[in-house]
Amino acid sequence: MRLRLLKDRTSVIVFWSFTVLSISTLIAIGVGLGIKSWPLFETQSLSDLFFSDTWRPLSGKFGFLAFIAGTLWVTAISLILAVPISVLTALYLSEFAHPWVRKVFLPIIDVLSGIPPVVYGVWGVLVLVPLVTSLSEFVGAFSFGYSVLAGGLVLSLMITPLMISIILDVLGSIPTVYREASLSLGATRWETTWQILARKARPGILAAVILSLSRAFGETIAVLMVCGNMPMLPQSVFDAGYPLPALIANNYGEMMSIPLYDSALMMAGLVLFVVIVFFNLIARVVLFRLETELQ
Amino acid sequence: MKTRLLKQTVMKGLMILSAAILLIGFSSLIWTIFSHGLPYMSWEMVSSIPGGGFYIGKEGGILNAILGTVIITTVSAAIALIIGSGVVLVLNLYAKRFRRTVSTIRMVQDVLFGIPSIVYGAFAFAIMISFGLRTSMLAGIITVTLLILPIMIRAIDEVVRQIPEDLVNSVFSLGATRLETAGVLLRQALPGIVTAIMLSVARAAGDAASLLFTSGYSDNLPFSPDQPAATLPLAIFFQLSSPIAEVQGRAYAAALILTLIILIISLSAKWISSRLSKHRIR
Repeated sequence: MRLRLLKDRTSVIVFWSFTVLSISTLIAIGVGLGIKSWPLFETQSLSDLFFSDTWRPLSGKFGFLAFIAGTLWVTAISLILAVPISVLTALYLSEFAHPWVRKVFLPIIDVLSGIPPVVYGVWGVLVLVPLVTSLSEFVGAFSFGYSVLAGGLVLSLMITPLMISIILDVLGSIPTVYREASLSLGATRWETTWQILARKARPGILAAVILSLSRAFGETIAVLMVCGNMPMLPQSVFDAGYPLPALIANNYGEMMSIPLYDSALMMAGLVLFVVIVFFNLIARVVLFRLETELQ
Repeated sequence: MKTRLLKQTVMKGLMILSAAILLIGFSSLIWTIFSHGLPYMSWEMVSSIPGGGFYIGKEGGILNAILGTVIITTVSAAIALIIGSGVVLVLNLYAKRFRRTVSTIRMVQDVLFGIPSIVYGAFAFAIMISFGLRTSMLAGIITVTLLILPIMIRAIDEVVRQIPEDLVNSVFSLGATRLETAGVLLRQALPGIVTAIMLSVARAAGDAASLLFTSGYSDNLPFSPDQPAATLPLAIFFQLSSPIAEVQGRAYAAALILTLIILIISLSAKWISSRLSKHRIR
């Protein structure tokens, strides 16, 4: 009897310490990256860091603008392509599609979300880069194909499964009563879907978009492989870009040889961390509110 | 009246169109990997380690990367499973009374889930250089464990939350301790746990960004945790950037191998968890 209680007490301590450990990772990452990037804050002003595009590590000039611009371009392109497709597909699957269509589609979405980024990258190099090159010839621009457009295209296929599955969850949690009420008043199926369900699900759709945005923001390898990695401000979708995650991944080996370089790379990590934590918190609060409201 | 129905038809067309676009993207992805990878697949690829002139297109395979991926993912999934089950039990059993605490912990896990693997990698690397450590398989395992822990927790939690409260209460009323009740809960959640393991393994096997910093790369078989170890995503990544066609071809074959591993994992997860869920009490 005693032994059972002792085991129980121990389990409380062990499980709680696991919990504290896993939660403190969040703080540890923030603080760790903060400490490591602190030396850079001391030598350069914030506006120099974020609004200058001179990236000359050898002379100690670290302006992040080109990398931030690269990240924003790629993220924006991927969202512009993926949001309408995901929302329409999710509405279709949830409200219009035959059960067998759903049976075919849902596993595909699962598989897509499980395929590793590096495989998306290989696909991007083999299919999208040549596609972008011919597209640029078609519109009369010049491009090697390795461009922010290629990066955005790869990302849009990568984030679609995430977005669709969240939107499907939200739509699925809306009670059928709403649909029945709207249809019985003579609304068409589309009117019901768009004016009742989509409106009801709007916060959830927004949260799905924000979560996918932060996924796109931090994705490294797939983007790195197709977007050219030149530290310059992209002027059009056919230009090469150099997103923040790619910057970190490409240069970690040289960290030690150039003073302050490690700080600069950790700063890039810190920027990603802060932006993503911020977006994620917003999205989760929205989803949480929606969940309690719909129940 | 007509216009309303017309609108519905048009929108339905648009919806089918976007589903079709998605389908085309998906088929193109799968087709590309298979059609480029298959010609370069050989028994040598999966059964030998890189030979002398491997990176200029001579003999050898990627057994080192396959084994590295398998070891790193299984070990870190095992650690994450142990820690993750503990956290889920705290959320659903030990701390259930403290609603605010529980929802805060869930929120933090969700945020951790959203943090990109490159940030985990950079963080682990920062820690490693502070302590003067070199890249090693062990460092890779620790980083991947941190990375997949939130996935594990979320996925198991999702299932344990669905377990009816009455079941927990009746177990308690028989005089069971919390730990013994936990065992009952976990058995009920078994199908979900299988899914959680598979999701985490798939994520871990495919992750390149964090391992780039932490586990390094090596042509030898990974047998010692303090030595660098190769992984499949990095093998693909490095070989693809080679200018030699033969080496690039091996990257395609490696991508095919990785994709097949992931497909097998996710399909068997579906199968196992559907078999296991026969015995669940609802």
